[in-house]
Amino acid sequence: MESALTLNHFLIVSGILFAIGLAGVLVRRNLIIIFMCLELMLSAANLTLVAFSRFNVQEGQPNYEGHVFLFFIITVAAAEVAVGLAIIVALFRSRETTDVGKLNTMKH
Amino acid sequence: MTFLFYIFAALTLIGGIGVVVNRNPVTSAFSMIISFLGLAALFIQLDAYLVGILQILVYAGAIMVLFLFIIMLLDIPKEEKKRFPVFTLGGTIILVVTFIGLLITVLKRSKIGTAKLPELTGVGGPGNSDVHKIGELLFSQYWFPVQVVGILLLVSTVGVVVLSKRELK
Repeated sequence: MESALTLNHFLIVSGILFAIGLAGVLVRRNLIIIFMCLELMLSAANLTLVAFSRFNVQEGQPNYEGHVFLFFIITVAAAEVAVGLAIIVALFRSRETTDVGKLNTMKH
Repeated sequence: MTFLFYIFAALTLIGGIGVVVNRNPVTSAFSMIISFLGLAALFIQLDAYLVGILQILVYAGAIMVLFLFIIMLLDIPKEEKKRFPVFTLGGTIILVVTFIGLLITVLKRSKIGTAKLPELTGVGGPGNSDVHKIGELLFSQYWFPVQVVGILLLVSTVGVVVLSKRELK
């Protein structure tokens, strides 16, 4: 079956997802939601990598280096989330809030 | 095939919007799971089966459970219905619209962007799946990064244990 999907379809979905994550990071004030939006932006970049790897077919095979790269990104993201959430918990213990508007002791 | 693409792309984007607009953090986390499931379906549509499964296992499974656990542990209240500052909201809208507009303009001009999905002839069958290919690459050409990532995971585990101790002395 002939499919009409082009690389642009995937790149635009990835770009919009990245923009949604960016908007979330800028607008929201809860630290955990901001962290979740960062993960969303990371996943949008993952989609771009897989799309480019799939459209770069050589000898009937996609370019698997993109998949390997993505494997490393997922591993690093898991480590990053664990450390980031531990920092948020430590912050919550000392300040009793996760609102970035109230975490402003450096300003005063 | 195109029909399925639009369904899963819509699922991904609606989940992403849900993360940003929901005031309740638990609802946000569940929207994020929906978004990741849609993204995994897009990966599988791009014949990246291993990566799609990893996305579900690691992101929708492990990472989101961690997020939900922390949200429930900290007992975060809903964000109060304060109006967003006009300056922040306006700046964000301008930034996002500019970003998407720039992306679409650039993609319209690019030649590779309009390429059709090429046929895969060299993949499939026993011993020739993408899991085999990625495994071979990981343990031959990329053996050193694999070791580094292993050390990174160990360091982050130790770091989390140290950070979570009540007395930091």
